Amino acid sequence: MSVDTTASLEIATPEIVEVPVSRRARIISGSVLIVVGVLCAVAFGLGSKAGHDARFRLSPPGAKVTMPNLVVPARIFAIVVGIAIAASGFWRISRDFSRRAMRWVIALTILFVVFAFLCWSVTGPSATPLDLFGPGGLLGQTIFLAVPLILGALAGVMCERSGVINVAIEGQMLVGAFAGAMFGTISKNAAIGTIAGMLAGALIAALLAVFAIKYVVNQVVLGVVLNLLALGLTGFLYDAVMAPNSNSYNNVGTLSVLKIPLLGNIPIIGPLLFDQTIIVYLTYVLIFAVDIVLFRTRWGLRTRAVGEHPKAADTVGINVRRTRYINVLIGGMLAGLAGASLTIGDSSGFVKNMTGGRGFIALAAVIFGRWSPRGAVGAALLFGFATSLQTVLSFIGTPVQIPSDFLGMLPYLATIFAVAGLVGRVRAPAADGEPYEGR
Amino acid sequence: MSVGGTVKDELAVPPSGEPAPRKSRGEAHPLVVIALSFVTAIIVGGILIAVTNQPTRNAVRHFSASPGKVLSAAWHAVSAAYVALFEGAIFDPHTFGHGSVWHDFNPISETLYNATPLILVGLAVGLAFRTGLFNIGAQGQLIVGAMAAGYVGFTWHLPPFIHLVVAIVAGAIAGAIWGGIAGWLKARTGAHEVITTIMMNYVALDLLDYALKTSAFRRPGSNQAISPIVYGTARLGKLLPSPLRVNLGLLIALAATAGVAWLLTRSRLGFTLRAVGASPTAARTAGMNVGRAYVTAMLIAGGLAGLAGCSQILGGGTNYALTNAVDAGLGFDGITVALLGRAKPWPTVWAGLLFGALRAGSATMQSRTGTSIDLVTIVQALVVLFIAAPAFVRAVFRLRSSSDSGAAALAKGWNG
Repeated sequence: MSVDTTASLEIATPEIVEVPVSRRARIISGSVLIVVGVLCAVAFGLGSKAGHDARFRLSPPGAKVTMPNLVVPARIFAIVVGIAIAASGFWRISRDFSRRAMRWVIALTILFVVFAFLCWSVTGPSATPLDLFGPGGLLGQTIFLAVPLILGALAGVMCERSGVINVAIEGQMLVGAFAGAMFGTISKNAAIGTIAGMLAGALIAALLAVFAIKYVVNQVVLGVVLNLLALGLTGFLYDAVMAPNSNSYNNVGTLSVLKIPLLGNIPIIGPLLFDQTIIVYLTYVLIFAVDIVLFRTRWGLRTRAVGEHPKAADTVGINVRRTRYINVLIGGMLAGLAGASLTIGDSSGFVKNMTGGRGFIALAAVIFGRWSPRGAVGAALLFGFATSLQTVLSFIGTPVQIPSDFLGMLPYLATIFAVAGLVGRVRAPAADGEPYEGR
Repeated sequence: MSVGGTVKDELAVPPSGEPAPRKSRGEAHPLVVIALSFVTAIIVGGILIAVTNQPTRNAVRHFSASPGKVLSAAWHAVSAAYVALFEGAIFDPHTFGHGSVWHDFNPISETLYNATPLILVGLAVGLAFRTGLFNIGAQGQLIVGAMAAGYVGFTWHLPPFIHLVVAIVAGAIAGAIWGGIAGWLKARTGAHEVITTIMMNYVALDLLDYALKTSAFRRPGSNQAISPIVYGTARLGKLLPSPLRVNLGLLIALAATAGVAWLLTRSRLGFTLRAVGASPTAARTAGMNVGRAYVTAMLIAGGLAGLAGCSQILGGGTNYALTNAVDAGLGFDGITVALLGRAKPWPTVWAGLLFGALRAGSATMQSRTGTSIDLVTIVQALVVLFIAAPAFVRAVFRLRSSSDSGAAALAKGWNG
């Protein structure tokens, strides 16, 4: 009995009970930091030409308030960053960081290494300043590419926090994209298309919920099968209905860009964050909504209880199955919205298998973000950034040619490293994927 | 070995340590569930064909005038599609007697040809299942297998038979390494194989895209992402006269099936794998090395998927050249094959033949009736969905149901 009490105490107060990091883990993570620091200093510092500056354009072309270009001495910057990272590695081994501090160290390391890498790549043969914040710029593209990933990841978080594994994000996105294009075109109304996309995503989610909760099918198997079903269904309907008359069924048009009056005028972040389409604003709202619902409301507490310990939740009167059904359906709507954002926010319309693995990247973001909304959004932004970097770097010539496909691998490799525990152990909700046999 | 004798209540999915529920007497035979699942899937597919068929929809507009026309138009559309599917997969009266005798066997040959990689991928997924691992990474393992086999096939010059063997071995080893990484990560760090294998799939896809841009893999003078053509010495020989495509790969797939069947039922290693699959904790208590079992299972599974890659590239799946379509959806179809075959070797062959027939017939169906080949994907997904939920099929058809409480053993979480 005493074992049970301590276990529940730890769950209740995760911030207070701090398990000391083992010496071995400390040495490994410290050594990794040192290696990263040295590599950064050598590759990006000594690798870039001496005296060459990296130039970044901060204002998009045609902006009212123009900012001067940001100029960074690439070589010195990379060397300083590398030394700082290596030093933090030595500190980790000899003195150790607290858990919270280590998180900051990792975040800053990633940030600065990426920036050092950028500085290095801009000093290449073309040497034109790199556009950062414009719509086609590095960060502008990141927002554009991250929106479906963020929504898909939020879908996964909602679902998995209640204890249902959602491998079917990809399929939900795909039907959302299809329904969004189709009904948006028929009704000539992007809002109706968006709602149709959300409902279509919820339809696949309903199948997931019924077969997972009622018929207790293995949820990973189910997710894979539902992805296939969505792929077949959208492909079939595309061939049968959409492709023959694409004008009347697959011509949804683009969403107009809405500039938010005051916020949109802030020099750098204004155009980046507040001069976007309605779906992007909706995404901002949903990020906060999911975070607040999960951690600040009664519903969220119940959801998390059901995902961690359904029996205990049942004992205190929470309807486990109903909670799961509703969360899975909400997740499906979010993923459907993610899919709809691919067709409605864009002019290209629906094509077969157009999600192209974005649902799996969103799943990776859920896991990489440790099943928390904030973490998942951060991971989705990171993965969006990696994709954006991939396209931007293929335009500017880097000093040493980097195959863009290797950058494309980054999200996947990062997730493998994350689940392998190389950057701290990730832990799923305790009852994630386990059906509940009670009510 | 017959299907009926082997497809019992054995779990097709990784069990979570609880024993499989014993089915009560008088309950519907699993084969009945499979047959009914298939019928239901075909019916749903038929409804989709009818609903999207233009003549049928035109008839609906004049429904009040002639309601019978709607039914006849729908029946015409659905039957035409399924007849064409059958003709493309089994026997085609349209081409019967034209040309040589061998030509009459073309549909069967196409079915066997399409079934070959499906059987191998199905074995790759199924063997991992039996060890308690869900190998979603067959796609990636197949891709790196095809890359390695293709590279040997179109770059090296070797004597006829040796060249083929070397290429196949290279493909199997590459697939085994790709699968083995996921097994090693699972054994060493506990990283969930579902997550790592999904990610490895995309890494493999990017790797293939990259390779097709390098001079080692890019066809000289071509600006498309396509490799040179595999030399004749490294191709899998055809079993029947050209142009029938069924090749030695089928025999390799059957040999692999026999090998896996022997491994699982007759060998010490297979016993360990099944024990680990049934209950890792019990196996560990009994002194078995669970981690090594995971690595071994994923090595073999990856090797089998790599063989499927060989059958694609050396058997002419993409005209003997490596392209980024070399996977052709086989990786995920293999999961459905393994599930339909309940993760047992010989039933997997039957499942592979069935889905191979659907694949072969779908091409004919599309060219003759304009019905999208994606119909087959729908049918396939539905069949597996229904089979995975026997309680659902029993409820739909009002069959006598057993107590389904034990079915929870089918489920397994990320932490498991």
